[in-house]
Order: sequence, then structure tokens, then C-alpha cells
Amino acid sequence: MGGKPDNVTKTERREPVTLLEAISEGLFEEMERDERVFMMGEDIGVYGGAFKVTRGFLDHFGEDRVIDTPISESGFTGAAAGAAHMGLRPVVEMQFMDFISPAYDVITNYIATSLYRGSGPLPLVIRGPVGGGNRGGPFHSQNVEMAFFHTPGLKIVYPSTAYDAKGLVKAAIRDDNPVIIEEHKGLYRAPFLREVLPENDYIVPLGKANVVREGSGLTVVTYGLMVHKSVEAAEVLHQEDGFEVEILDLRTLLPLDDETIVESVKKTGRLLVVHEDTRTGGIAGEIAMRVSEKAFEWLDAPMLRVTAIDAPVPYAGALEDYFLPQVEDIVTAARYLAAY
Amino acid sequence: MPATNPTDGTALVAGLAESQLHELYYALVRARAAEERLEVLHKQGHVGGGVYRSLGQEAGAVGAAYALNRRSDGSGDIIAQTVRACGALFLMGGKPLDFFRQYLARATGPTGGKEANVHWVDYRRGLVGPVSPLGTMVGVMAGITLSFRLKQEPRVGLVFCGDGATSTGAWHEGLNLAAVQRCPMVLMLEANQWAFSTPTRKTTRLESFTRKAAGYGLHAESVDGTDVLDVYEGTKRAVDRARAGQGAGMVEMRYYRRKGHAQHDNQEYVDPAELKVWEERDPITRFGARLLSEGWATQESLAALKARAEDEVRLAAEQAVGEPAPEGVHALDAVYTDRGAKTPWTRLEQPDPTQA
Ligand SMILES: Cc1ncc(C[n+]2csc(CCOP(=O)(O)OP(=O)(O)O)c2C)c(N)n1
Ligand SMILES: [Mg+2]
Repeated sequence: MGGKPDNVTKTERREPVTLLEAISEGLFEEMERDERVFMMGEDIGVYGGAFKVTRGFLDHFGEDRVIDTPISESGFTGAAAGAAHMGLRPVVEMQFMDFISPAYDVITNYIATSLYRGSGPLPLVIRGPVGGGNRGGPFHSQNVEMAFFHTPGLKIVYPSTAYDAKGLVKAAIRDDNPVIIEEHKGLYRAPFLREVLPENDYIVPLGKANVVREGSGLTVVTYGLMVHKSVEAAEVLHQEDGFEVEILDLRTLLPLDDETIVESVKKTGRLLVVHEDTRTGGIAGEIAMRVSEKAFEWLDAPMLRVTAIDAPVPYAGALEDYFLPQVEDIVTAARYLAAY
Repeated sequence: MPATNPTDGTALVAGLAESQLHELYYALVRARAAEERLEVLHKQGHVGGGVYRSLGQEAGAVGAAYALNRRSDGSGDIIAQTVRACGALFLMGGKPLDFFRQYLARATGPTGGKEANVHWVDYRRGLVGPVSPLGTMVGVMAGITLSFRLKQEPRVGLVFCGDGATSTGAWHEGLNLAAVQRCPMVLMLEANQWAFSTPTRKTTRLESFTRKAAGYGLHAESVDGTDVLDVYEGTKRAVDRARAGQGAGMVEMRYYRRKGHAQHDNQEYVDPAELKVWEERDPITRFGARLLSEGWATQESLAALKARAEDEVRLAAEQAVGEPAPEGVHALDAVYTDRGAKTPWTRLEQPDPTQA
């Protein structure tokens, strides 16, 4: 077997990694740590995956642990479930998360219900690229969280930094439940996200949000690429308005960390949810309902949201930019709430 | 078919007269020229999304579409194209201008910039815009052709489809449905030996995809996908059967994807010797040589056809480059027949969440 590929040894060499490399390292280290972990997906072997997340894995781990599948999302996700029943810990890659849809049946009807039906826990991971801003058009840009959020039994993870990505990948693989990991394409190689990661073996626990920025005027709950747009907006509000925004990065969408959200809202009295996913049926609705249940008395303003518009993702640059929530939308919404 | 006098308009080969053979040649060189232009436009930064080539597969698209009743009034045959079938798209009446507008995401294009590449629809010309998820179009075409049967219209539908797509559930479900419902549908299987970086041997144990069709009781045959006449004749047989009420079928076009999956793929995983073999079977070179050796064309007439195709394509590309991109606000349009999406409340002149 080949040695370790250079894309997974940067941390060892104390070099900064991108979010994509952090995911590669997380996967690689888990495969080294636990021989029950193996991977399936389209073009993940020789090619190293459409985005090169698994570059060099085939050489190192061999064909039995890095399996190039036919184009069969339903089939290989079902196979992941079967292998997990037999004690293995499969990780499957969707080439684009938009194509998870053929596996919707096996994920929601079979995998998510397995433990409850008495057919045992299913420790498996389904991961892949999501998100817009790359001129990918309607089928290479979607966020898929809400297609699965409604399904009890699943966990959903969506990292926004290299550190979190690696720690969440490792935690997901070690978790005994099925976990979906959404990886934003716009963050994969974003230069501003490069960081030197700890050398030790760490995880980021599932189900814990992160306070990215502290503030007293408004709580922004967000995740994924929108964390960074929210930080940009917070900087504008700080500079121009002297208004301080607290930003929570959910990191795990399901189970949702209400505790951290509620605690922050009790402090600021204002809530803005920002998500890249479309508006109707987006996670903002669930968050607002939980805050209403748990912290209504603390609110000083309506709970609001900034999201993509309720439409498929368009291809043309100007259309897609209009479709997506932008920094100015967050600034406008925050100002509205500040003045409320 | 006996060869007859090359000048009198009667059939020379495959039931085709000289002018028709020239039309085929024209369609082949136009498809290639369009994609070559597209590559240039991409290098110049005009294309935001992926650029897909059908280099070496042009005869498949062209030969297949040539076997259809092509109309522009919605009464003819119909195809669901793929990114590797722009030759068919153009023959059906899809304009190179629209092809460039799509790739360049122009406001003037058939989808106004909402969708990319060959993903566009023109039912009057018999074009069904595909979606990216593989296999999905087989069921859709089963339904289109089922409606032809139910309405007793003598029409046939071709669904183009990559060999990799035959591994999806949707592909099998759609094909089986078309088989049992005896839909006048022909599946044009683009057996180019790759699905992105995955070779056929990793996606099927079968020697030929015709056996997948046979498994559903369909009539299927293989053709040489680098020979435009072989594709034409094979498709014509399948189309004739379908039109005669003998049910769905499949034509497997055997050839090779000579470029990467899209422009971002440098094909490192491909054996250069293999590429060389297929380069020597280039469909345009082959057909040109045949036309010359049989005396069905002259060097001059082929050069003139090529020059005309290149002109058509160049003019179309130039026009598309000069046309406007859509305005962002059109992202809101046509989500439903009776309404669009709502303007984000943060973008109203007076930001107001009650208007969201
Ligand atoms: C259901 C689904 N899974 C994955 C993809 C991503 N994808 C796009 S093209 C492609 C390979 C297609 O191969 P093939 O069908 O042989 O067509 P070719 O590109 O060779 O023409 C893949 C895996 C997809 N479009 N749809
Ligand atoms: Mg193929």
C-alpha cells in the first residue's frame, strides 16, 4: 500500500489546512484508527472524488476500503446500512448532495427507523458537497438539510471552519447513529479558512453550537457559509452603528442545540436566523418556535430570518446572487431589529 | 442498398441521397465546431458552469436524430438530449445561438439564464430538456411516448442516456415501464466507456448494455457509434419498430469519450494509447474519407461544408457573447404558474418583514 498522501499530513507537518483538507484528514485518521471504517461512492478511488476529498486514499487503504461504486445512490446507501448491521462503519460520499435524492427512501424509511424498529443502531456517515454561489445551477447547488431534518433518527452536521470540519467528521464516524454531513463547496478551498489544526486527536461533539462572536444587541443563529457572511455583517454593524451582534454557529442542525440558542436570546432579546437554504420550511421556523416556547418573555422584537428565496437555484451569476442571502440583507435585518 | 448515380438525388447508401449525406457531414462538423468554440469561450472566462465535450461521439447524436421525423410545429418525433448530444439538439432545430446563450447564461436564452448548457426545452421542435440526476429522463420519456400511444399519434421519442446512468434505479424503472406499456420509445445508450473517472468494467459485469434491455424484454442492438451511417440505420430500425406499435427498444452506441468528463477533468486516469486508438476512429474523419472514396463528395465540397458550419457557429457565438446577462430580480419569476417567489423583505424600498 502507498504511504500517506500529502493532503492528509499537513497538520503533522504543522502547515495550515483548508476546510477540504481538514475533512480529508478527519476521514483518513478515522480509517487509520478504526479498521471497520470504509468508504463507498462515485469516483472516490482512482480520481479521489469529484472535489478530491479522498485523493490518495485508494493507494493507502486499497480497493476494499475505498470502493468506487456504480452510479447507485440508493444501492450504495442501502449497502452502507447492511454493512453497518454487520459491524462495519461505512462512510458514503454523495458526489453532490443534490443526488442524495434517490437514496431518500433508504435513508428515511430504512436507516432512520432502524433502531426504533429493533433492527439495531446504524453507525454510518453520508457526506458530500452542498451549497450555492458556484454557478452550479439547480442540481449542483442545493442545501438538503430540511429534506432530512424532519426525520427522527438522523443527525445532521454542517461545518463552517476547518477545525470544526475535522472534529465533526471524526465525531460523526464515532457516533452510533446515522449522520449526514453537509460540506459547503464555497468553503472547501476558501483561503481565509486555512488554519493550523491541533496535532492531537480531537473531536467536536455533535449537538453543540458555537458562539463565534459575542455581542449584546442581537443573536444571529446561522451555520455553514452564512456564518462568514454574518461575521462580515457584524463587522459592518460594529463599525458603522456601534451595534454588537452575537453569532451562534449551529455546527450540528439535528439534534438542535436549543440551550445555547435560548441562553443567547435571553441575553440579547433579539433573534435573527440566517440560512442559505430556501425560506419556507427552512430551519428558521423550527428555531423560532423553540425560542417562542422557551424564551418568549425575553424577546424585545419579532424573530426574523434572512434566507434564500423560495425558488430552485438558478444558474446565471446575477440570478444566483439575487437568490442567495447576502451580507447587506443581514445588515438590513439587524438594523431593523436594532431599531425595533 | 445499391449505389446509384451520385448526382441524381436517389439513394446512394442507407437509403440516403448525396444531399442527405452532405447534411449529415454538415451536422457532424457543426457539432464539433460548436463545442470547440465553447472551449474557447470558456478559456476567455465567458462560461460560469461546466463545459462538456462530445468529441468522438458526434456520429451517435447526429445519426440518431437524423432517423427521426423532425418538425418545428410540435407534430414530430421528440428527443431528450444529453450534454454529449448537441449534434442531435441542432439537427432537431435547436439553434447554436441558443446553445451558446445557455452556456453563457444569457437573458436572451431559452431559460433566461436559469438553467445551463443543453438543459432546455422546445416541445415544438421535439426537445425535452433533461435534468442532471441520471436516469430520471427515462421515466419521463416513457410517459411522453405513452401519451403518443394513448393519443394514437405516430410519434416516437428518443431518450439519450450515458452508460453510467444505467446503474441508477430510475433508469431501470423507467425502461421496464416503457417495455410493459409498449411505449414508442427508443433509448439511445451512449456507451462511451466512462462514467466520469469510472470505467465500464466497474459499473457492469455485462459485455453489452443491450443485455440490460433484453432483461426487460426489449429489442436492442449495438451500433458502431463512430460510424454515422451505422447509427442512423440502427436507430431507424428501432424507430420504425416503435412507430409500428412493436414497443420500446434500445440502441447501444459504442464509442469512446475522448475528453475528460468536463473541462476540469484532465483525464489523468486514461491510458493515452487507448485514446490514440479511438482518435484513429474519429467519426468525422471516417465519414469524410468514406464520402471521398465512394465519390459522394469532393475535397472542395467537404471543405465548403466545414467552412459553412464554422461560420454558422462563429456568428452564433459572437452574437451570444454580445447579449446581456439576466437581471437578478428575474430569479423570482415563474416558480408557479400563477405566482413567483416573493422579494426578500430586506430588499424592499422600506424593509418590512410583514411583507415577506
Ligand atoms: C443520480 C446522479 N448521481 C450522480 C451524478 C453526478 N454525475 C454527473 S455525470 C456523472 C457520470 C455520468 O456518466 P455517464 O452516464 O456514463 O455519462 P457520460 O458523462 O459518460 O456521458 C456523474 C456520476 C448525477 N448527475 N446524478
Ligand atoms: Mg459514459
